[in-house]
Amino acid sequence: MIGIVDYRMGNLFSVSKALERLGANYLISADKKELLNTDALILPGVGSFRDAMDRLPVDTIKEFAETGKPLLGICLGMQLLFETSEENGLTKGLGLLPGSVRRFPGQTKDGGSYKVPHMGWNRLNFVKPSPLLENLKEDYVYFVHSYYVDASNSDVLIAKADYHEQVAAVVGKDHIFGMQFHPEKSSQLGMALLSNFLKMAVEREAVR
Amino acid sequence: MTLTKRIIPCLDVKEGRVVKGIQFVQLRDAGDPVELARIYDQQGADELVFLDISASVEGRKTMVEVVKAVASELAIPFTVGGGINTLDDMKNILRAGADKVSLNTAAVFNPDLIREGASFFGSQCIVVAIDAKYDNELGTWRVYTHGGRRKTERTVLEWAMEAEKLGAGEILLTSMDSDGEKNGFDLSLTKAVSEAVTIPVIASGGAGKAAHFAEAFIEGKADAALAASIFHYKETSVQEVKNYLRMKGIPVR
Repeated sequence: MIGIVDYRMGNLFSVSKALERLGANYLISADKKELLNTDALILPGVGSFRDAMDRLPVDTIKEFAETGKPLLGICLGMQLLFETSEENGLTKGLGLLPGSVRRFPGQTKDGGSYKVPHMGWNRLNFVKPSPLLENLKEDYVYFVHSYYVDASNSDVLIAKADYHEQVAAVVGKDHIFGMQFHPEKSSQLGMALLSNFLKMAVEREAVR
Repeated sequence: MTLTKRIIPCLDVKEGRVVKGIQFVQLRDAGDPVELARIYDQQGADELVFLDISASVEGRKTMVEVVKAVASELAIPFTVGGGINTLDDMKNILRAGADKVSLNTAAVFNPDLIREGASFFGSQCIVVAIDAKYDNELGTWRVYTHGGRRKTERTVLEWAMEAEKLGAGEILLTSMDSDGEKNGFDLSLTKAVSEAVTIPVIASGGAGKAAHFAEAFIEGKADAALAASIFHYKETSVQEVKNYLRMKGIPVR
């Protein structure tokens, strides 16, 4: 059973439909007991960092993270895993991964400007092996975000994308993972990444 | 940079069917929305836009069902617009599985709707659609509402900048002068808006062949380009357009 954290933000529908297509059982909940009983947790996210931190069942997620079961943050959900974000003033995150979230400056070093949000299909560059990337080839995925984690000083980088800045696209440490793009909206590669995440939950269950 | 230019087929949906007209009138049936969505996904469409042009309340309810059906099958983003007047309308459409909502007339008359939507769902969910027509006297483009039927006092460039300030995540810019004519996108309009705002601009209206898309990206500086009839009537395919763009060195997925 996969848990999707419901904190009344974001579009849970597209994540849940993607899980259905992959044949996974899931529940959408904000309830501590229910979420802690699942085999893997997905933290979706759309909206602002501060609002999300205000509404998140923070203790539940931290407790889940301690169980060693796989946890995946998507888009804002990935950003929430880090220590801080500069969105709407400096806000503390869950602190499950080291690093901070900043806004795209929108300006290049040579004085040119570029558009924010980073919106559209961009290519993933795989940086280091991870069970998430098993048997997958680099391809395009769908991003939409104005804040990012800098890939050049990230210790937890698995894959990155290039949008004027080096964007941390897939991150992970032990069993805690994040994807900055929307795997549920990223065609074949997106579905394959989700499928690899689900596999981790199943394999863990089998070992247990 | 490797961010690709997006090709977006647009489905005008009326009472549950896809239709297409010329310069916003003379509607013809163009098929089943779910089936067309599937075809476009297979062809490599980067996104889909659904515009609900139903006149009736029943038609709008049908739209929610269409959105649900499409969301269950597709793993690419899609935007729904048409008849979205309130925060509740946005909720209903997003809950049905749309990734973004497109606001047009309602936002012109109540700009606060953009701010409310953006603060509740995030800017990335809020597309502001602008129907633009050149005004010779004014020497610039004017904003039209009500599906292009009503002229407003607003100019396109000012409205686009205001929409951005209010929190719009993207501008869907339709040239009424070019729409359905297949003579190419309105490049001066597209370029003017794209340079006036820092959010992505989707060029719309006038696509007739693959070369028009290349123009929209290079001369028009658009981030994405949308078309309807040339895809619906199979005059070209998303794949063909992308092959052409690739040949021209424009990054596409």
